[in-house]
Amino acid sequence: MEKRVVFRSRWLPYVLLAPQLAVTLIFFFWPAGQALLQSMLQQDPFGINVEFVGFDNFRHLFSDELYLASFRVTAVFSVLVAGFGLTISLLLAVFADRALRGAGLYKTLLIWPYAVAHAVAAVLWLFLFNPTLGIVAHWIKGYGIAWDPLLNGGDALTLVVVAAVWNQISYNFLFFLAGLQSIPKSLIEAAAIDGAGPGRRFWTIVFPLLSPTTFFLLVVNIVYAFFNTFAIIDAATGGGPGQATEILVYKVYKDGFKALDLGSSAAQSVVLMIIVIGLTVMQFKWIERKVQY
Amino acid sequence: MSRRFVRVALLVALFGASAAAQAQTEIQWWHSMTGALNDRVNEFAKGFNESQKDYKVVPVYKGAYPESMAAAIAAFRAGNAPHILQVFEVGTATMMSAKGAIKPVSDVLREGGFKFDPKAFIGPVSGYYTNRKGEMLSFPFNSSTTVFYYNKDVFEKAGLDPNRAPTTWPEVVQAAAKIKASGASQCAYTTGWPSWVHVENLSAWHNVPIGTRENGMAGLDTRFQINSPLHVRHWNNLKEWSQKGYFTYAGRRNEAEAKFYSGECAMLTSSSAAQANINRNAKFKYAVAMLPYYADVAGAPQNSIIGGASLWVMSGKKPAEYKGVAQFLNFLMDPNRQAQWHQTTGYVPISPAAYEITKKSGFYEKNPGTDVSVRQLMLNPPTANSKGLRFGSFVQIRDIFEEEMENMLAGKQDAKAALDNAVRRGDELLVRFEKSAKE
Repeated sequence: MEKRVVFRSRWLPYVLLAPQLAVTLIFFFWPAGQALLQSMLQQDPFGINVEFVGFDNFRHLFSDELYLASFRVTAVFSVLVAGFGLTISLLLAVFADRALRGAGLYKTLLIWPYAVAHAVAAVLWLFLFNPTLGIVAHWIKGYGIAWDPLLNGGDALTLVVVAAVWNQISYNFLFFLAGLQSIPKSLIEAAAIDGAGPGRRFWTIVFPLLSPTTFFLLVVNIVYAFFNTFAIIDAATGGGPGQATEILVYKVYKDGFKALDLGSSAAQSVVLMIIVIGLTVMQFKWIERKVQY
Repeated sequence: MSRRFVRVALLVALFGASAAAQAQTEIQWWHSMTGALNDRVNEFAKGFNESQKDYKVVPVYKGAYPESMAAAIAAFRAGNAPHILQVFEVGTATMMSAKGAIKPVSDVLREGGFKFDPKAFIGPVSGYYTNRKGEMLSFPFNSSTTVFYYNKDVFEKAGLDPNRAPTTWPEVVQAAAKIKASGASQCAYTTGWPSWVHVENLSAWHNVPIGTRENGMAGLDTRFQINSPLHVRHWNNLKEWSQKGYFTYAGRRNEAEAKFYSGECAMLTSSSAAQANINRNAKFKYAVAMLPYYADVAGAPQNSIIGGASLWVMSGKKPAEYKGVAQFLNFLMDPNRQAQWHQTTGYVPISPAAYEITKKSGFYEKNPGTDVSVRQLMLNPPTANSKGLRFGSFVQIRDIFEEEMENMLAGKQDAKAALDNAVRRGDELLVRFEKSAKE
């Protein structure tokens, strides 16, 4: 039986929709439209000389090898952050899901890092890994490994990946734990009776049943790595050394707000917008089909 | 009845008070001074507000230099820019080409009925903020330059003469080698502001151009020349010293200063304004000296160039407000105030008068090293290579220079390649700026 609500009044549905529409228009379509417009303009910072240049900003961007390098950095960075973030938190969730003494305490502690602001997390890790002050840097050096995130791009990337993953693990952990707890115990017990070991039970029952959660978290983590890690990069490395940790969203900020090149910055944010639209479409079209809900 | 009367009376009183407050013209001053410097800024505003009744200067901290500049630009576009904005020296070219957004301070002061003589400021300072037509566009406020600091205790431990500062780069390296060999400190030499010290001041100090067209001061069609033999030689040395452990790279801003005052590094090149902080934190004896140079370069040492910031007056305000701005700037012109600012902050005295006052007061004898910066700035009459620089997009370009230096120190490229890349990438931005800015 289908329930249908019919509005008697003509304008009531529009009034009810209006707040949501207004929010979407003002906070999404308007800025996006501004970005599109500005990406076609070249102007001085104060907006006194404004010139329409068509796709010049984009042409300039894609002929800039450093912009292309920033793509590679972003790709490496987000794969590492999403990969490590999901793996580690799944592992932790599986362990915490077992009936252990004090499991509640573990769970609480594991959720804590999410309460730490990104910039604060970055500074914490920066202190730990600071070549002169950091205790972790001291240990690393004790093993005879050279460590200098100020000059070595690989080290700097490691640092921001560690901070970004650490900050995100709690979030992933919560979702994985909830996902694990919603898996019927009877299925696992049945498999155990049939003689499946813990590894086999995990891969053939738990992991497939967890796939909607995993898929959701994959999307969230990639978006996180693309956009929300800005504060971590800004506080820990500022995009350096060289441009080793300059991800796309950081470059938008740097070119727009520090270099005051609004045309190029707007063009870059349009490119980012296209990437996000593309990623979302791709993930829902292709990957979602293979996910069992 | 009586209660009602009290209420009405209160309302009237409130109204009267707010009317009186409205009669006072407010002048917004956006700045980037923190800590003790912020206190000094507030003192200036308070002193001015108490000295007269018509205007009220309201100083507002708007974040670090790039942030306050971005905030002011956004405010200008929205039609509510501050009256006075403090802009760091590398933003000078951007502000100068923003015709229509700013009002030259020389005009502001003249229209306000004050005499304004750019010669009241020391040459390297006034030249930096004067355009090609000879108009002084902004008001010098806090100027500094780069100097050399060394830890006397470490020098003594390493068997060096603590009363003799190394004057040339080869001497610095000798000292570094001795410090390193004796283990007197963990790190021998480090630097703050890599581009300001090892590109901009290196050039001026050796009377070598940074860019064509008098370092950009004679025209927007300037291009970089920092891949000269001197630059390559010096950067190559930095690379070699870094590999040998004589030089430790600390970061693009003033991170190195903490490495010095914590005792970790024995020698430092950084802003002269770091002295206040070093004084407060260092638990050892130290001395300030002029920047090292290469003795075989003809004309070295010349004079160093300034950093710091100046005050810009934004356009589109009411005439009455400009009158107040003029009065306030005139208030800041007072040599006694400038001398006090210099003595309490470590910024250089921006006028010869302030320098003389400080000298006569015996301040330099009591605080040795505080006059190094101003002596270094006035060592010789500035040349086309040493009077300053004016490059568009220079905030971004400094980042480029530093990125290339980092890539060189990380062993990815040699000095020549690093500087060639710096020139190529810098020039691209200069071309772009030339197109967008019509002076």
